[in-house]
Amino acid sequence: MSPILEIRDLSVAYRTPDGDVRAVEQVNLTLNAGEVVGLCGESGSGKSTLAYGATRLLRPPAVVTGGSVLYGGRRITQGGDPADLLAMDQRELRAMRWREVAIVFQSAMNALNPVLRIQDQLLDAVQAHLKLSRHDAREKVASLLDLVGIPRTRLRSYPHELSGGMRQRVMIAMALAADPEVVIMDEPTTALDVVVQRDILSQVVELKETLGFAIMFITHDLSLLLELADRIAVMYAGRLMETGSSRDIMRDAAHPYTMGLLNSFPALHGPRRTLAGIPGSPPDLRNPKPGCPFVPRCPHARPACAEVDMSLAPVSGSAGAGVPGVVSHLTACPFVTPQMSQEGQASQEGVLS
Amino acid sequence: MASSVVASTANIWRNLPVKAKVGVFLFGFFVLAAIIGPMVEPYDPGFQNTAANALSAHPSAQHLFGTTQLGQDVLSQVLTGIRLTLELALLVGVIVTVISVLVGVTAAFLGGIWDDVLSLLTNVFLVIPALPVLIVLLGYLPQQGQTPTILVLSLLGWPWGARVIRVQTLTIRNRDFIAASRESGEKTWRIIIFDIIPNEISLIAASFVNTVLYAIGASVALAFIGLTDVNSWSLGTVLYWVQQDDAVQSNAWWWFVPPGLAVALMGVSLVLLNSGIDEIGNPRLRASRASAKVAGHRIWPTDPTPVYAQLAAERSRLGSFLHSFSRSSLYDETPAGSELR
Repeated sequence: MSPILEIRDLSVAYRTPDGDVRAVEQVNLTLNAGEVVGLCGESGSGKSTLAYGATRLLRPPAVVTGGSVLYGGRRITQGGDPADLLAMDQRELRAMRWREVAIVFQSAMNALNPVLRIQDQLLDAVQAHLKLSRHDAREKVASLLDLVGIPRTRLRSYPHELSGGMRQRVMIAMALAADPEVVIMDEPTTALDVVVQRDILSQVVELKETLGFAIMFITHDLSLLLELADRIAVMYAGRLMETGSSRDIMRDAAHPYTMGLLNSFPALHGPRRTLAGIPGSPPDLRNPKPGCPFVPRCPHARPACAEVDMSLAPVSGSAGAGVPGVVSHLTACPFVTPQMSQEGQASQEGVLS
Repeated sequence: MASSVVASTANIWRNLPVKAKVGVFLFGFFVLAAIIGPMVEPYDPGFQNTAANALSAHPSAQHLFGTTQLGQDVLSQVLTGIRLTLELALLVGVIVTVISVLVGVTAAFLGGIWDDVLSLLTNVFLVIPALPVLIVLLGYLPQQGQTPTILVLSLLGWPWGARVIRVQTLTIRNRDFIAASRESGEKTWRIIIFDIIPNEISLIAASFVNTVLYAIGASVALAFIGLTDVNSWSLGTVLYWVQQDDAVQSNAWWWFVPPGLAVALMGVSLVLLNSGIDEIGNPRLRASRASAKVAGHRIWPTDPTPVYAQLAAERSRLGSFLHSFSRSSLYDETPAGSELR
C-alpha cells in the first residue's frame, strides 16, 4: 500500500486577540490508498481542524503554522514526487478539490441547496470538474444515484422531499462525482438513527472496495470506528495520542485516554459494568502547558508527565514494533503499557461501583 | 468580565470597515455642529449687517463664510440650518421607525385578519407617489414649518420599513427558538421584545438611517421650492434664498457652497454609517465575514487557509521593514508552537 495523503508535523492555530489557540499540534498521519483511517476524539480535540487544515479549507483566523501535507494521487504526481498541499496556490488547490480530495460535510443535510433539484446540484459538481457532454453528464449523475442506492425517479426531487438518510446519500454521491482518490467524511452519520447509519456505512465500505478511494473518517464515536476503520488515530487537545489498527486499539489500547474513550460506551457482551467515562474536561489550548495535555484527567499521572516528549513511539511489545512500513501501534505515552492501562481502569471502576 | 466587554467593543470598532469609521466621524461632526453650533455662531442668522461693504461680501475675518445679499452671516445660517435639518430628520427617523416596527411586527406576529388589514394599509401607502403628495399636502396645509413637515414626511415614510420588518418577522417567527419560548410560557410581548426585535436590530437600524437620509433629502427639497416657513433657517431655506436672490448668477459661491456641501456630506455620512451597521448588529455575520491579518497579509474567508511560512517569505523587503515597527510584529514573530518545539 502506498501513502496517498501524508500529513507531516502539521500544526494549525487560530489567531485570537488573546493569543493563538493551538488546535492542532505537530500531527503525523498517513492515509494509504484504499484504506479507511478513523480520526476520533472529544468535541474540540481538533479532528475537524486537522482534516480541514490539511486541505486548506479553514477560514480566518486559522493559520497553518507548520508541517507539510503530501498528496500522492496518480493524476497529480504522474508517478513522480508527491505534491505538497501547503505549497499550492489557489488555482492548484481548486484543481485538487473534489477531483482529488472530496469532502462529505459535517452538516451534510444543510449542505444541499434547498431551492435546487438534486439533479442540478449533482450536475454542478460533475460539470465543474469533469469535461463531459451534457448528455454524458446527465448519465453520470444518474449512475451516481445508482451507486448510493437512490432510485432515478428522485433526480427531480428537491432536498426537502428526501429523508435525512437519502440526503446523506446524495451528499456522498456528490462527493464521489469526480472519482476522488481521497474522501474526507466529517461525522457523516451523526444526525441519523443507528439503523440508517449502519445501512449507509456498509454502502460506503462497499463503494470504497469497488471504486478504490481512501477514506478519512472523522467521528467522536469510537465504537463505530472499531468496526469501520482499518486504522484509528485518537486525538486529544490537538495532538495524536495513539494510532494503531482497530484491532490494536480495541484489544491493546495503550494510552490512558484511549482507554477512557473505550470505557465510555458499553460492550455488547461480557459482564455488566459501570461505565467509567473520563472525568474533567479538555484543557484550554491557549496556554498549553509543556508535557502531556491529558495529565489533569489521567489516572496514571506522575511527575514525569510534565516534561514528556509527545511524539509517538511504538507500544512496547506490539507486533511489528520498530519495523518500518509495517502498520504499527504507536502511543504518545511512554509510561503506560496496555496491561497497566487496563488494570488501572479496572481498579478505578472498582472504586466507582 | 468587564475587561472582556471592553475588549469586544474595541474589537467591533477595529473590525469596522474604514468607510463606516469615516461615516461615524463625519456624522459625529454634524451632530456636534447641530448641538453647539447655535451657541457659538457669531450672529443671529436673520441679522442684517447693513454696512455698505457687508452686502454679498467675500469671506473675511468678520464673516468667515461671507454674507448674503442682505448682509446676513452665512456661517450662522449654515450652523442653525444643520441644527434644524438634523433635528427634523432624526425626529422623522424615530417616528417612522417606531411606526414601521409596530406595524411590521404586529402584522407578522399576530397574523390572520391583523396581517391582512395592516398589509393592505402598508401596500396602499406604498403605492402613493410620495413627492407629489408631499408637495400638495404641504401646499394646502394652513400652516407651514418644521412640525407639519415632520408629520407629513413621517406619514408617508413608514411603509417600506414596515414591509421589510414584517417579512423578517415572518421568517423569525417560525424558528425553533421562538417555538421554545412559546412552549416555556413566555408572554407575547416578551417574545416580541426579547426574541424577535434583537434579531432584527440591524435591519431596524439600517431602516432608521435610510429614513433619516430620506428625510434630509425630502425636507431640503421641499424647503428649496418654498414649501416651508421660509423665515426659519434650515439648510433647505438657506438654499431657497440662494435661489431667490440669484446667488449662482452673481458668483457668490461662498453663499451656496457651504449649505450645499453640508447637505451632501450629511447624506454621505449616513450612507457610510449604514455600511457598518450590519457589522455591529449581527454577531454571526461579524464572525463569518471577518478577515484576519497574518504576517502582514489580509486573509479573507474565501482564501485557502494561509500557511505561515509562505506568508512570511512572501513579504517584500520594504514591507517587512515597515512591518517590524508594528505592534503585531511582536506577536507574529513567534509562530504558534515554536516554544514547544
